[in-house]
Amino acid sequence: MPPLPFPPHAPISWYLILSAILFGLGVAGFLFRRNIITVFISIELMLNAVNLSFVTFSYKLRQNDGHIFSFFVMVVAAAEAAVGLAIILTVFKNRQTLEIDEISSLNK
Amino acid sequence: MDTLLFLVLAAIAVACGINVVLQRHPISSALSLVGVMGALAVLYLQLGGEFIAAAQLIVYAGAIMVLFVFVIMLLNAGSERKSARHLWARWAGLPLLFIFVGLMAYVIQALLPPSGEVSFGGFDGGSAQAIGNRLFTIYLLPFEITSILILIAIVGAIVLARKEID
Amino acid sequence: MQLWLIPILPLVGFALNGVFGRRFSKAGVNIIAVGSVLLSFLWVVKTLVALNAFSGGLTEAYREHYYTWIQSGAFQIAVDFAVDRLTVVWLGVVTGVGLLIHIYAVGYMAHEGGYYRFFAYLNLFMFFMLVLVLGANFLLLFVGWEGVGLCSYLLVGFYFLEKYATDAGNKAFIVNRIGDFGFALAIFLVGVHFGTLDFARVFAALSAMPAETQAGWITAIGLLLLVGATGKSAQIPLYVWLPDAMAGPTPVSALIHAATMVTAGVYMVARSAQIYQHSPAALDAVAVIGIATAFFAATIGLAQTDIKKVFAYSTVSQLGYMFVGLGVGAYSAGVFHVMTHAFFKALLFLGAGSVIHALSGEQDLRKMGGLWKKVPITCVTLFCAGVAIAGIPPFSGYWSKDAILAAAYERAPWIYWVGVFTAGLTAFYVFRALFLCFLGEYRGQPAEPEQSHSVPASPHASGGHATGAQLAHEHHIHESPAVMWIPLAILAVLSLVGGYINVPKFLAPIFGELHEGGAWLMYVSVAAGLAGVGIAALFYLVSPRLPDMIAQTFHGPYRWIYNKYFVDELYDSMIVSPVVDGSREVLWRVGDVKIVDGAVNGVGTVARATGRLLRLAQSGYIRNYAAWVVAGSILVIAWMGWRGGL
Repeated sequence: MPPLPFPPHAPISWYLILSAILFGLGVAGFLFRRNIITVFISIELMLNAVNLSFVTFSYKLRQNDGHIFSFFVMVVAAAEAAVGLAIILTVFKNRQTLEIDEISSLNK
Repeated sequence: MDTLLFLVLAAIAVACGINVVLQRHPISSALSLVGVMGALAVLYLQLGGEFIAAAQLIVYAGAIMVLFVFVIMLLNAGSERKSARHLWARWAGLPLLFIFVGLMAYVIQALLPPSGEVSFGGFDGGSAQAIGNRLFTIYLLPFEITSILILIAIVGAIVLARKEID
Repeated sequence: MQLWLIPILPLVGFALNGVFGRRFSKAGVNIIAVGSVLLSFLWVVKTLVALNAFSGGLTEAYREHYYTWIQSGAFQIAVDFAVDRLTVVWLGVVTGVGLLIHIYAVGYMAHEGGYYRFFAYLNLFMFFMLVLVLGANFLLLFVGWEGVGLCSYLLVGFYFLEKYATDAGNKAFIVNRIGDFGFALAIFLVGVHFGTLDFARVFAALSAMPAETQAGWITAIGLLLLVGATGKSAQIPLYVWLPDAMAGPTPVSALIHAATMVTAGVYMVARSAQIYQHSPAALDAVAVIGIATAFFAATIGLAQTDIKKVFAYSTVSQLGYMFVGLGVGAYSAGVFHVMTHAFFKALLFLGAGSVIHALSGEQDLRKMGGLWKKVPITCVTLFCAGVAIAGIPPFSGYWSKDAILAAAYERAPWIYWVGVFTAGLTAFYVFRALFLCFLGEYRGQPAEPEQSHSVPASPHASGGHATGAQLAHEHHIHESPAVMWIPLAILAVLSLVGGYINVPKFLAPIFGELHEGGAWLMYVSVAAGLAGVGIAALFYLVSPRLPDMIAQTFHGPYRWIYNKYFVDELYDSMIVSPVVDGSREVLWRVGDVKIVDGAVNGVGTVARATGRLLRLAQSGYIRNYAAWVVAGSILVIAWMGWRGGL
């Protein structure tokens, strides 16, 4: 194999930077999309990025607590997705719209 | 070899992530997210998290995202319309975002001492046996609490989404 | 022997009458009020007999300890009562004369409203006065001091529906308060320097100091005590409340403003004799203030037309004599005069009350006259008091006044001469009042058939204004009932023979023996007294137009003394008006309304404004919230990174 321009094993920081990028993408989606379901999906993206971060650290520290924490994040994400989607269903039934800007009755 | 694998998977993940954000129809975003999750599952495998990788694919991609797709189809949500308002948000938000990400990257680089590298098989504590061992001894309480949490979520979802019996 | 019973019995009377008096009949109120004082008096007698006070015993103070009131580190104040020979004089006067006045008041107040309230206050006053004289430390004395001030306020303002009465009550209390401030400062100094307020310990510590110790602070204590005494005992400059206090019912004037409360200052100075012995400067101040007050008040009394005001200024003047006695070192002479003065001054006031009662409210001397036919007993008893106060031997006033003047001559002859001149003035104005009141022709309303008697709760006007239809006419003037003239008679006897109660000899174990002066001193003062009587007879009996002619000739001086040297007006412009105006303009309008209210309202305004500002963040748009979250997290991460020492 020809000598590769990058190290043979990926440094740990690269995983973390990947996690940061994904997290940032999730934040962007969360802030700039108007469809409420897309916002939800962006939140899930953020959670995944965090999971990656946990697993990376658990590799670094040679402990599997990070895995367990990641497991719990998944569980909570599942519960949250269930309830959140139920709420969205209800909101859609009442307002017939999924625009996030029109669901602003918290104003005043 | 490991690095190459990482770079390919990372590229897939980032590309799918960008797709999640940029697509206009929610279903496309959901499917892109599934792609992100798949790439991440392989990365977990590389980091020695076998159990987590499996759980990611089974639970996250296989159940949660399916739920998302169900709801999108149920609601028959259409594409997002282009909006003329909030243009200033786009111009202000993008730089802000880059600052955010750049900041985090910098923090990571500076805080982390030059540490080891990831090689496949370098960590073997992520097996189901090891995870299960800890889950049912040290982390028993959170485990039980999450089971209650799921119960609550089920009840809540049912209550919120049922039809009115009129 | 239970000393505490002496003050507690009147206190019980106060409680019963105060709480239940409204439901009692007049007889019930009388029994409780007079009975409690009678029991207290009998207990005093019993206690003194048991202590062998009158048969040579009681050379040391007899103490009873009840409980420790204040315990603060090493500083301790206990509730103790103590009886020594000085206390005996006051116990006798307060309970004895107090009893007579209570009996008199039963008759005097018979037609007044608020009957039970009056006797309740009177009993409360007895309680506080007895606490004052029985207390064995400065703080108990101060408790009694303040208490009698309170009762004075309550009783002077007894006819509280009349503004001049409530004004007089306020004035009495407020002016007293100024004196009390000085007294309180003195107590603080005593506590600081001696570590205790107990009389026995303080005076023992003082007598252990060499006689030449004249540390400034002892003088300061003496002067501050004197300030307190000028307030309570109506000396210059704080005497102005006493003439106004005549707005109260006459028994109040007799009891409080003649016999007991105003002598509290004398008691306090006499009790603190050790302090004054170590501070000649303060003692001299006492004497100077005393003689100045005596002379000053006597000159004012010359021209007053209200009978009670004449006697009020007479009280101020006689109190000045007592302070002269104390101030020249003849403490027992001053105390002697307290006792004799209690007899004849209480008699004068009660007699004046009897006259006023007979005339149904008239107090103006110019409208009296020729009453000796109508109220003979009152007339005789008042003349007994008159000869006593004029210092004519062998009646009581002569003995005490002469003792004071003789001691004064030894100390500073000028005080003696001023005192003699004042004695002449005293005799003059007292007999002026008596002649105008009882002799000559009646100058009041002529006899008219259809006149209604005075109605209950009629205010006794201090200026003597006659509300025509209500006042008596000749036919209705009658002698007072027995319940009123019997105390008068008893006091008259005491005024005549009371001088033979040799108080200075009784007090010798405490204050030492009094020196006898030269006999000629005695002759001069008696001559001055007789001269005063003679001139009064000349002015008001022989040639009644003479006083008016003199008043016209010396119009300026007459106007000055008739208007009491405009002292009240001076105080009003110098002190009262600035304080009231300053309080209203500065403290109220600026301080309270602008600053305090402004601050409180400002807090509310600021809260409201902040809320309005913060409400802008609640836009209701979820994405705005999300944006804030991201911005906040950037800040936190940046800060943590910066702090983490990157």
